[in-house]
Amino acid sequence: MKRLSLARAAWLVLQKDWQIEWRTRARMTALIFFSLSTLLLFSFAMGPDINALRAHAPGYLWLALLFASTLSLGESFRVEAENQALTGLVLAPVDPRAIFLGKVFGNASLLFGLSLVLLPVTVALYDVDLSRAPLQLLVVLFLGSLGISAPGIVYSAISANARARDVMLPLLLFPILVPLLLAAVSATRFTLMPDAQEQLPSWLKLLTAFDLIYLSVGFLVFPKVVEED
Amino acid sequence: MSSPAALEIDDVSKRFGTRWAVARLTYTLPAGRSLLLTGHNGSGKTTLLRMIATATFPTAGKISVFGRETKAHRSALRHEVALISHASHLYEDLSAAANLTLLAEFLGIDDAKQTARALLERVGLTARATSPVRQFSAGMRKRLSIARLLMKAPKLALFDEPFGELDPAGIEQMEALLRELQAGGTTIVLATHLVEQGLSLTQERLHLVDGRLVTP
Amino acid sequence: MPSWAPLVMLAVVVAMIVTHVAVPAVRGWMWKVSAGLGVVMLVALLYFGLFWAPPEAFMSDVGRILYVHVPHVWMCLLAFTLNVGCAVAYLMKKSWRTDAIAEASAEVGVYFGACGVLMGSIWARPTWGVWWDWDPRLISTTVMLLAYVGYLALRSFTDDPERRATWSAASAILSYVSLPIVWFSVRWWNSLHQVQSSPSTVDKPMTAVLRWGATTFLCFLFVFIVKRYELARARQSGALELPPVQAPQVTA
Repeated sequence: MKRLSLARAAWLVLQKDWQIEWRTRARMTALIFFSLSTLLLFSFAMGPDINALRAHAPGYLWLALLFASTLSLGESFRVEAENQALTGLVLAPVDPRAIFLGKVFGNASLLFGLSLVLLPVTVALYDVDLSRAPLQLLVVLFLGSLGISAPGIVYSAISANARARDVMLPLLLFPILVPLLLAAVSATRFTLMPDAQEQLPSWLKLLTAFDLIYLSVGFLVFPKVVEED
Repeated sequence: MSSPAALEIDDVSKRFGTRWAVARLTYTLPAGRSLLLTGHNGSGKTTLLRMIATATFPTAGKISVFGRETKAHRSALRHEVALISHASHLYEDLSAAANLTLLAEFLGIDDAKQTARALLERVGLTARATSPVRQFSAGMRKRLSIARLLMKAPKLALFDEPFGELDPAGIEQMEALLRELQAGGTTIVLATHLVEQGLSLTQERLHLVDGRLVTP
Repeated sequence: MPSWAPLVMLAVVVAMIVTHVAVPAVRGWMWKVSAGLGVVMLVALLYFGLFWAPPEAFMSDVGRILYVHVPHVWMCLLAFTLNVGCAVAYLMKKSWRTDAIAEASAEVGVYFGACGVLMGSIWARPTWGVWWDWDPRLISTTVMLLAYVGYLALRSFTDDPERRATWSAASAILSYVSLPIVWFSVRWWNSLHQVQSSPSTVDKPMTAVLRWGATTFLCFLFVFIVKRYELARARQSGALELPPVQAPQVTA
């Protein structure tokens, strides 16, 4: 029997998560409508001033994604907790680091897909201009989704087994996502609005740095979390 | 050179919260023999099996399987040890075939789909291959778990209450499976309340009371 | 203050804690000496800070809160650094002592941090005209504080000692890593803000009083951590002893 490479095992975990997402499409639809109503609520909270709404659109978009991420991250490990499926994976055996990578990219792709669904809605609700730098916008959305998922998967694995797990995940996750939120919102703003001082590249760098740092820390720490020593 | 003992438990204790599930347990299972594990609910049988399967590790003491310590050699041992427990390790939202194919791919089996189909046929689940596990009865889940175990072809197979939730025909099939595995050279550790059946299938016996070894 | 000052403070407090943990002979008196010294220095700090040091040029007497506010924040960051050191050590080699120090330093750090942020907010009101400001130091301290409140909640919500130790160590590392990123991101976000004050921009007497204050609270930091450590060890001890070889009673 041959041993799997880390990349192949991670790819299999990722495919498995996609397969489960597809099998439970109803849950994904619910997630989409949850984020849509969040966006709608922001516009009600701000009132009909279209200029203010347009200026704050990047912030609303990322807050909606952040709230949705706590649901998707929680769901990602609820699936694994059922029948102790995660233990089954570890004993299969699958390298826990591959599980980490697979689940991070699985959750990131889900959030990225969600953000693509939300974009046209931000046009309708907040009148933003997507045509200014569409490619950069996609990069920002993906890097941001990855940045939420990398620490999020570690915390989700922890809180899935702790008491009061629904409170624990955001309590642990939100503080450390502060820089990600700042960077993602700023970067998104400069893809939607004129970027007079060329600030977009430095925010993109910060986003990339955040992703790389948390991918490596999670890669090292996650095996300790899922293996019961 | 004599082959190493199938299972060596050296002064093992395991704590859950503030309770000791297994306490100062020492036992050796010689190579080529199979073990019956008995004891009341909560006597530590499941915890012991989980430790042997490297799903969890002793708080104190050491367990060795085929001469290799579980904590240090976990990745190698996981290829050789398989566990059937109360928790089925199955993904509820995936179909029976998808669950098996996934395991086959993780095991690096070349023709994963074909292998999965053959095993489904062997445990008699071909008709329901594409239904999600969520719709399965307890007995069908158990069959699927057996297919998972067979796919791995382990040297050491651990069974936690395999006869539970099975009808008489199912119990008979399970007994036949256990005999077949042993005939093929697989070592069996069997935890069950059905002492009669268990004794007829194994050569050694270990009785646990409150996580401690008691001579029955 | 020169850039190596935090490292010196960290080294001093680590050395003191290690001595306390490792040498039983000093365990009885070292913390008492430290506590006594701390109280005496605190009384002196009141005099130095309130009467001896000249009023600050821009903020007048309000600025005197600096002498307790800044040392509090420093102690908070020292405690969190100690905590993350213990977290890494625990993940590399399991030890109940490291876990107990981690628990102690996190709790003491949250105490100092909460006091520090509160005082900073009180200071900000008359100085900047707001209770809250986009200051990188304020934001990063607050973020760390929130992260460590989560850390303490996680500890109290996990019953199994091994899991509690492992999970909280993982959580501590993830939180601590965010500290520099938060700092830079807030600075970029608000690059118009005043530069961080350092001894080159503040008066000599002010620096002296700040250092005096830092040493004072370093004494208290040591006392709080080792006392909280002993409490954590006492709580562990009952649960961590191995069961006896023979069962307590033979069941009939």
